[in-house]
Amino acid sequence: MKILVCITHVPDTTSKIQFTADNTKFDTTGVQFIIGPYDDYALARAVELRDQTGGKLTVLNVGEAETEPTLRKALAIGADEAIRVNSFPKDSFFVAQQIAHFAKEGSYDLILMGRESIDFNGGMVHGMVGELLNMPSFSPVMKLDLDGTTVKMAREIEGGKEMLEAQLPLIAGCQEPIAEWKIPNMRGIMSARTKPLNVVEAVSEQTQAETKKYELPPAKGAVKLVDKDQVSELVKLLKNEAKVL
Amino acid sequence: MSVLVYIEHAEGKVKKTSLEAVSFAHALAQKTGEGEVVAVALGSIDSAELVKVGSAGATKVLHAGDDRLTAGVIQAHASAVAQAFEKVGGKTLILAKSSLGDAVAARLAIKLEAGLVSNVVELPDTSSGYTVKRSIYTGKAFAFTALTTEKKILAIKKNAVDLKTDGGDASVEPLEVTISDADFASKITNTERATGDVLLPEADIVVSGGRGMKGPENWGMIEDLAKTLGAATGCSKPVSDIGWRPHHEHVGQTGIKVAPSLYIAIGISGAIQHLAGVNSSKCIVVINKDPEAPFFKAADYGIVGDAFEVVPKLNEALKAEL
Ligand SMILES: Cc1cc2nc3c(=O)[nH]c(=O)nc-3n(C[C@H](O)[C@H](O)[C@H](O)COP(=O)(O)OP(=O)(O)OC[C@H]3O[C@@H](n4cnc5c(N)ncnc54)[C@H](O)[C@@H]3O)c2cc1C
Ligand SMILES: Nc1ncnc2c1ncn2[C@@H]1O[C@H](COP(=O)(O)O)[C@@H](O)[C@H]1O
Repeated sequence: MKILVCITHVPDTTSKIQFTADNTKFDTTGVQFIIGPYDDYALARAVELRDQTGGKLTVLNVGEAETEPTLRKALAIGADEAIRVNSFPKDSFFVAQQIAHFAKEGSYDLILMGRESIDFNGGMVHGMVGELLNMPSFSPVMKLDLDGTTVKMAREIEGGKEMLEAQLPLIAGCQEPIAEWKIPNMRGIMSARTKPLNVVEAVSEQTQAETKKYELPPAKGAVKLVDKDQVSELVKLLKNEAKVL
Repeated sequence: MSVLVYIEHAEGKVKKTSLEAVSFAHALAQKTGEGEVVAVALGSIDSAELVKVGSAGATKVLHAGDDRLTAGVIQAHASAVAQAFEKVGGKTLILAKSSLGDAVAARLAIKLEAGLVSNVVELPDTSSGYTVKRSIYTGKAFAFTALTTEKKILAIKKNAVDLKTDGGDASVEPLEVTISDADFASKITNTERATGDVLLPEADIVVSGGRGMKGPENWGMIEDLAKTLGAATGCSKPVSDIGWRPHHEHVGQTGIKVAPSLYIAIGISGAIQHLAGVNSSKCIVVINKDPEAPFFKAADYGIVGDAFEVVPKLNEALKAEL
C-alpha cells in the first residue's frame, strides 16, 4: 500500500498575523511554523494505516527551502520519505497541479490531505487533485478505515455526518477525530535525519489567482461589562444597542 | 448570459446559506450586468420549495430531479452542475461555502477551467480586473485576490451580503443531466443529522459552552437559553474531545467556523484557537467567572460571574423581554 500525505507549512495557531511592505507581504517576524493541524491529523492516520498494512508513506510539500524542517518533523512522526516541490505555492490550482503530477507518477493507493490549510483556508486542493487525476475525493473526512480495497469513511456534514464507502485509490481531506495527533519521539527524530528528503522542480507555472494585498480586521473596541445581578441590563443592550435580538 | 448558483437542500428545504448565495449572485448580476440569476438544484425536492428561491433573487431554477442526486455524492454533483453551467452559458458560478459546496466547487474549478475563490466576504471589485475579498488565516485577516480566468467560481462565506427576501417567484425547469456510473461509484450508506434543531454553521445566534460547564449534565441550561433565543448550541474543543457534546458542535480553528449575529460564550476561556472560529460574529457576549479570561478582550459585552447563577437568570430576563 502506497500512501501520500500532502502537508502545509503554516504559522502556529497562536501566531499574531501581520503584514509588511504596505500590506503586500506576510510578516514572518516571530512566527513559528508548524505542520497544518488538519494535515497533522491526515499524517497521524496515515502512519497508523501504514503500520497496519505495511507499505510506504510519502509526505509532500510544495514550498521553498524553509519548509524542510516541517517535512523533517513529518519524517520524525513516521513518514518514510519526503518530497519537496521546490516552488512558492502560488495558488491552489498551482499546488494541485504539482501534487497531481507527482501522485500520478507514484501511483499511490491513498492520498490524504488536511480538510483545509490554515493560512488560506481554501479546502480546495484535494478536490482539484481528485478531478485532475479522475479520482474520487472526499472532505471533511472524520473517520477512515480500510477493508481490503474498500474504504469506509465518515464525512462531516452540517449538523451531522454521513457514512460512505468507496474503492481505492481515492483522496481524503481529513479532520479530527480521524486519529490523535502524534508527537515525534526521540527515535523518530534521530531516524528522520537519515530518511530521504528529495527536492523536485515544479512541473507547471499555471495559476488562476493572484493575491495583491492583505488587510487586518478593524480592532475590537473595549468590552462593556454588565453586573452579574443586572442581567436584564444585558438584554436591553443586546436589543437596543447591538440590535441583535 | 446568467449567473449560476448551486443551491443545496436538506429535509425538503433549500438551505438558508444557499439563499444567501442567491442573494449574492443577484447583487453581483446587478453590479456587473451579467443578466439574470439561475439556480441549479439536484435531487428530490418539491417544486413549490424551489419556486421560493425567487424571493432571494433567482428568476429560474434548473432542477435535475434524479433521486440518486438527493444525497450529496460529490462527483455526481460536480458533473451535474458542470452541465447546468454549460447550458446557462454564463461565466460565473456562485455557491455557499459548506462541506458539500467546497468539495463540489474544487472539482468544478478543474472541470470548467474556472478560477475559484473561497471564503468570499463581499462583492468583487470589477473596476479594474476582478478582485475578490476573502477571509484568510481563519478569520484573522483578509486577502484581495485577483482572478485571471474568464470563468469564475466564488464560494461565499456567511453574511457576505444581506439576504434578499422581496423577489418574485422563480420558474422551475427540469434539467436533463447525464451522469456516468463512475460518478456514482462511492456510496453513502447512512446519514446522521440532528433534526429539528437550528444547524450550527447556519445559525443566526449561537450559545456555546466550555469546560467551565463542568460536565454534560449541566448542558440543560445552555439548551434552555438556546431554545429561548432560537439559537444553535456549540462548544469548545475539549468539550467535544471528552465527549460531553457531539463533534459537530465543536467551534474553532479545527472545528466549525461560525458567523452569527450573536455568539454567547459560557465558561470558555477564549483561547486563540477558539476565537479563530468565532471572530466573524457580529456581536460576542462572554460569561465567565474569571475577569482575566482572554475571551473578554474579544467580546462586545461581558458578565463576570458564575455561569450556574448567571445563565438561568439571563434566560428568565430574555423570556420576559422577548
Ligand atoms: C492546533 C490547535 C487547535 C485547536 N483548535 C481548537 C478549536 O477549534 N476550538 C477550541 O475551542 N479549542 C481549540 N484548541 C484548544 C484551545 O487551545 C483551548 O485549550 C480550548 O479552547 C479551551 O477550552 P475551554 O475554554 O472550554 O476550557 P478552559 O481553557 O479550561 O476554560 C474554561 C473556562 O471556564 C471558566 N469557568 C470555570 N468555571 C466557571 C463557572 N462556574 N462559570 C463561568 N465560567 C467558568 C474558567 O474561568 C475558564 O476561563 C486548539 C488547540 C490547538 C493546539
Ligand atoms: N503547498 C502545499 N503543499 C502540500 N500540500 C498542500 C499545499 N497546500 C495545500 N496542501 C494540501 O491541501 C489541503 C487543503 O488545502 P487548501 O485547499 O489550501 O485549504 C491541505 O490541508 C494540504 O493537505
